[in-house]
Amino acid sequence: MKTMLLLLAMLTLQAQAIEPLHFDDPDKEAMYQQLTQELRCLVCQNQNLADSDAELAGDLRREVYELVQSGKSAEEVKAFLVQRYGDFVLYRPPLQKNTLLLWAAPVLLLLLGLFAFWRFLAHQAANSSRRPQADANQADPLDLLQDEEP
Amino acid sequence: MRFVAPLLIFLALGLLLFFGLGNDPRYVPSPLIDKPAPEFALPDLFEPEKTWTKADFLGEVYLLNVWGSWCVACRTEHPFMERIAQRGDVPLYGLNYRDRPEDALRWLQQFGNPYARILSDADGRAGIDFGVYGAPETFLIDAQGIIRHKHVGPVTMQVYEEEFLPRIRSLKAGAM
Repeated sequence: MKTMLLLLAMLTLQAQAIEPLHFDDPDKEAMYQQLTQELRCLVCQNQNLADSDAELAGDLRREVYELVQSGKSAEEVKAFLVQRYGDFVLYRPPLQKNTLLLWAAPVLLLLLGLFAFWRFLAHQAANSSRRPQADANQADPLDLLQDEEP
Repeated sequence: MRFVAPLLIFLALGLLLFFGLGNDPRYVPSPLIDKPAPEFALPDLFEPEKTWTKADFLGEVYLLNVWGSWCVACRTEHPFMERIAQRGDVPLYGLNYRDRPEDALRWLQQFGNPYARILSDADGRAGIDFGVYGAPETFLIDAQGIIRHKHVGPVTMQVYEEEFLPRIRSLKAGAM
């Protein structure tokens, strides 16, 4: 266990040692980390800028670093990249006309699920009220074999 | 009757996924289409002391091909670039992207140079301004310096005739 932890610690040390960046302000460093986590690499599309080893990702990290260092806000850095590469670079897509369905889908699907569940319950209730069992202890075994539908 | 709804949902999902198969997941639509090309000031590959800016290219429709000697697909594309240059519909310029000038020059010596001018973007900054994410990429820019079309990946004669020629013709017709 201790060896594992040590190995893990070494891994993180190594990951940070690849690009030593110097920030004049810890807030800027935090913003840089946050931005490179949230921005997508265009070459390996399932990785963010922080994780990607692609050369373009390196260039874009440098660009983000310089913009952050020069005092630009997170929004300005994102706008810089969106202007060049489109909304695609954002892992968190903005809420706008063409992404409306994307944002609404979870709620819509939840409502659909609730509706289906409600119908299922109503169906069950209707079935059991239509065929009240005369004696719960001596249920006709044939009844259990019958299909739900009357 | 009770199977109709699940069947319809299944069919709709199946159709959606089937058509999704035909999409290229690597294709990212450029937000720069119909927008002015970014400003740049880049050295000439052959004469590094000479600098080209966007203003030097205004006044004519042209193609800007992003390439690098390290780029395997550019090697595939090269014969088509030669043919497009020979056709001479519009001038063909090169943007040597993320490359060492000496490597680029050797590549051109080996395979031939189809470009009328080549801009050297050794550190890839102009590439970022153009939204380049994978060479080769080819831009069609009009006389006012507006990007009219972009193709990602090798331009073959078929791509040229289908995507570029019609746009070049209409741009040239509009300019006269």
